[in-house]
Amino acid sequence: MEKTWNNKAWFLVLPVLVLVAFSAVIPLMTVVNYSVQDTFGNNVFFWAGTEWFEELLSSSRFWEAMVRNLIFSFIILSIQVPLGIFIALNMPKKGWGVPVCLVLMALPLLIPWNVVGTIWQVFGRNDIGLLGYYVNALGIDYNYVQDPFDAWVTIIIMDVWHWTSLVVLLCYAGLVSIPDAFYQAAKIDGASRWAVFRYIQLPKMQRVLLIAVLLRFMDSFMIYTEPFVVTGGGPGNSTTFLSIDLVKTALGQFDLGPAAAMSLVYFLIILLLSWVFYTVMTNYDAER
Amino acid sequence: MNFDLSWMAWTWPTAAFFATILLLLCGMAVWEYASPGGNPRVGILRFETTRGDRLFLSLLGSAFIHLAWLGLVGPSLWWALALSVVYAIGVFRYV
Repeated sequence: MEKTWNNKAWFLVLPVLVLVAFSAVIPLMTVVNYSVQDTFGNNVFFWAGTEWFEELLSSSRFWEAMVRNLIFSFIILSIQVPLGIFIALNMPKKGWGVPVCLVLMALPLLIPWNVVGTIWQVFGRNDIGLLGYYVNALGIDYNYVQDPFDAWVTIIIMDVWHWTSLVVLLCYAGLVSIPDAFYQAAKIDGASRWAVFRYIQLPKMQRVLLIAVLLRFMDSFMIYTEPFVVTGGGPGNSTTFLSIDLVKTALGQFDLGPAAAMSLVYFLIILLLSWVFYTVMTNYDAER
Repeated sequence: MNFDLSWMAWTWPTAAFFATILLLLCGMAVWEYASPGGNPRVGILRFETTRGDRLFLSLLGSAFIHLAWLGLVGPSLWWALALSVVYAIGVFRYV
């Protein structure tokens, strides 16, 4: 019998391997090298051992940024997921309204991150911004430049505006894939609106919801551009997330060693989350 | 052609670290050649893992063990390394 498979196909992976080596592996190796050294420029390095890692792990600045990031991700998910489901449930399933809604939903996703930041930076200003001006006119003292709470509210609303559409589109895709027969059977059984949602729509959306939750968690955990453009991490450090702190350390202070150590810890956390994402997804597929 | 890698700031300890990772990967390739299929099985995590998954879990877990040791105990990492080896053996045996 002829051999049904061989290992020659691995050669087809070589171009990707070379590409990944240059774009990811070599930079990562360099970061590892930097993380155990100190430099004052001119390619002159001094051995520092694990000093930067020790400094990082005992740094309140790092842990505070981490906690901020986790709180931010938690708030984002608890708003965007229910809101996304709600909007998807109420979007039209037939007729001219479908393309209109889909285009409207896709629009925020098409806007570059820095532009979103700039839009909300101007929008929230209490002198010329539509939002800031009218919120203040209503008697609410709103100033995202000076008040940490207002800064958080602005960033959260901005992220909800920017990314809820992704959850909506994913949920909508899950909803339209449900055959009409399910709804007809529910109607015959006299199922309530809630029962239809709980026993038909929600289970059918489970897979896309999982993707939405994990994508949004990872994305919000790595958020940089939008809050940086709006608040620059302030007021004080109140909106300084891990990525902002990292850029401040690497480019603002030119502390390449500590920044490399921070990058590696950040990378390990993201790697762990990616593994959880991959494992959950593949096992969910296997179970089905 | 001049291969100037000074910008990568190589040191002997980091080179040894990457050489070890490379040796592990080569070892896994040889193991796979000798026993193809990746030896998939369901362990204590209740989902299927191949030996590649188990190596990944061992390396990732070891990184966190070293970080935890640095943060909680101190800069001498030999015991963290020993703990990581024990952890990796556990992963390859039970996961």
